[in-house]
Amino acid sequence: MSISVPALMGQLLIGLINGSFYALLSLGLAVIFGLLNIINFAHGAQYMLGAFVAWFLLNQAGLGYWWALLLVPVVLAVVGIAIERLMLKHLYKLDHLYGLLLTFGLALVLEGLFTHKFGSAGLPYSIPEGLSGGYNLGFMFLPKYRAWVILASLAICLGTWFMIERTKLGSYLRAATENPSMVQAFGVNVPRMVTLTYGFGVGLAGLAGAFAAPIYQVSPQMGSSLIIVVFAVVVIGGMGSIMGSIVTGFGLGIIEGLTKYFYPEASSTVIFVIMAIVLMVRPQGLFGQR
Amino acid sequence: MRFRLLAAAAAMALAAGAAQAQISGNVVKLGILSDMSSLYADIGGPGSVLAAKMAVEDFEKAHHPKFKIEIVSGDHLNKPDVGSQIARKWYDEEGVDAIFDVPNSGVALAVSEVTREKKKAFIVSGAATSDLTGSKCSPNTVHMTYDTWMLANGTGKAIVKTGGDTWFFITADYAFGHALERDTTNAVKAAGGKVLGAVNVPLNTQDFSSFLLQAQASKAKIIGLANAGGDTINSIKQAAEFGIVKGGQNLAGLLVFLTDIHGIGLEKAQGLILTNTFYWDLNDQTRAWSKRYAAQLHGQYPTMSQAGVYAGVLHYLKAVQAIDSDDGTRVVAEMKKLPTDDPIFGKGSIREDGRAIHPAYLWEVKKPSESKGPWDYYKLRATIPADEAFRPLKDGGCPLVK
Repeated sequence: MSISVPALMGQLLIGLINGSFYALLSLGLAVIFGLLNIINFAHGAQYMLGAFVAWFLLNQAGLGYWWALLLVPVVLAVVGIAIERLMLKHLYKLDHLYGLLLTFGLALVLEGLFTHKFGSAGLPYSIPEGLSGGYNLGFMFLPKYRAWVILASLAICLGTWFMIERTKLGSYLRAATENPSMVQAFGVNVPRMVTLTYGFGVGLAGLAGAFAAPIYQVSPQMGSSLIIVVFAVVVIGGMGSIMGSIVTGFGLGIIEGLTKYFYPEASSTVIFVIMAIVLMVRPQGLFGQR
Repeated sequence: MRFRLLAAAAAMALAAGAAQAQISGNVVKLGILSDMSSLYADIGGPGSVLAAKMAVEDFEKAHHPKFKIEIVSGDHLNKPDVGSQIARKWYDEEGVDAIFDVPNSGVALAVSEVTREKKKAFIVSGAATSDLTGSKCSPNTVHMTYDTWMLANGTGKAIVKTGGDTWFFITADYAFGHALERDTTNAVKAAGGKVLGAVNVPLNTQDFSSFLLQAQASKAKIIGLANAGGDTINSIKQAAEFGIVKGGQNLAGLLVFLTDIHGIGLEKAQGLILTNTFYWDLNDQTRAWSKRYAAQLHGQYPTMSQAGVYAGVLHYLKAVQAIDSDDGTRVVAEMKKLPTDDPIFGKGSIREDGRAIHPAYLWEVKKPSESKGPWDYYKLRATIPADEAFRPLKDGGCPLVK
């Protein structure tokens, strides 16, 4: 088949944009799953909550998109802290599967409640004034909003990576997940750090939801379609590796974009094919060490 | 004398046998099988169950049946195997006599086969594929409300007539999308247009940017959205984002429901042309019915699919009462004999191939300034009379039609 270079470049750019969503979402999950070893199946529902909180802020409090970007992560972090303090902390002594069941159940409850109240068709949320319109790049029309998402996502991902891998606070966190009792003996309040880290991860999920609201449907099911893909990204990138999730997120977005051009019917399964191959060839993931 | 006594006794014995309730257990059980939790839940879902309940209430008030009526509901999760499993369990173990709604053509085709096997009744309102009254027609299946042929000829023909003569399809990759693409391609070609290309997209895709880009590259004047529900909403929202309309191309929403417009917002949906057979604001009857419905579903107004469930249940119950039997094949045959009459579609009929016939309407989505409030979204552009709205009987390839 004839490959048109402009069309292909357009698809690659789109793939990069989608990759930035995957990276942002998998970042939060990588922090929670990769570092804390909590299997947070509620991540998709928390992403959905973020989008809904953004909608609420606009429609009930008159606070627009930029306010949402600031407030949504804070609100979701508080929600995350509440979940951790009230429910998850009781399960740490048990098998990890219990955490999975709890968060999965939580996701179902949240999605069910929201579907009951809001239906499945979703709610409209507009692109903010300053970001509407786009640039005509010749080979494609790039919406300003999507360009903004790539840049913002890159900044947040690299910022988080820096904080965890290069700062003292981050080193405490990494040490605490490897050997909690030792670190606690040194006087670091490990349980509080775990709580705050979980809250941070959930805040990141909510932020991704706020980014998604103007372009994807704000619907109760928006998280359930993404959550499995995001888990695949974290597994492929390697558990415990923040950079792994970021690189894999962007990379997978591009590969998915190419698949949509050459063989669109497979675009929703290609990520899992890759995950299966990675697990067979290098089970610790592309960047993982354990 | 003895002969007369004997004859009378024989007559009474025969009569007693015939008068035994031919409605199993004197209960007519209706199964509402729909998508209760995913992308089509607003099109059918709990709204369809409500519509069925309203039909049962109205039937009991007007016709005082001797039999009791029960309703059960189920979620087919958009999977044909789950849908068939539920249908089988309902028919075999729970005494369900008829299944209604089933948005999702893949599931509907599967349930139609199960119903044929079990000789029950299947009254489809939510699914679209015209194959249900075409090559896959069945003496146990009735197709209400709409189908892909009607949509293709309503919307497709109207758009080609106004100059949209080159098309590119974004198609949901399953039975419904393919049927809609096929029927619209035929309608477009018959009206003198050309199809420049198509792309198959997995059901329930969130991001259409890549496919919209391919549509843009094709330079077709019209981008036909052969999808529904959440897929259509995402396509339209993202098309606005990518400046598709500003770039000179137009979108054709081949299957759009009222709830989709509610989810997209008039800002982005204005000007969209669509074909629906029911709209709450069409006439006094539809207005009264819809207000009753909305009051019981926290203010949400009905789609044509949910309204069609009401019409289907009502007509089914009338047929059951007329022949005093819940035998699926016989009831469906009776439904084809009795003319239909309800506040949803007005007067109509059901053809030999199972197709319900009534007028269809071409609508345009209002501009935000033209709308007086939520749910006031459509203005009427044209009425397609009943004898033109649906595929001619001889063209369907249905083996039941001689």
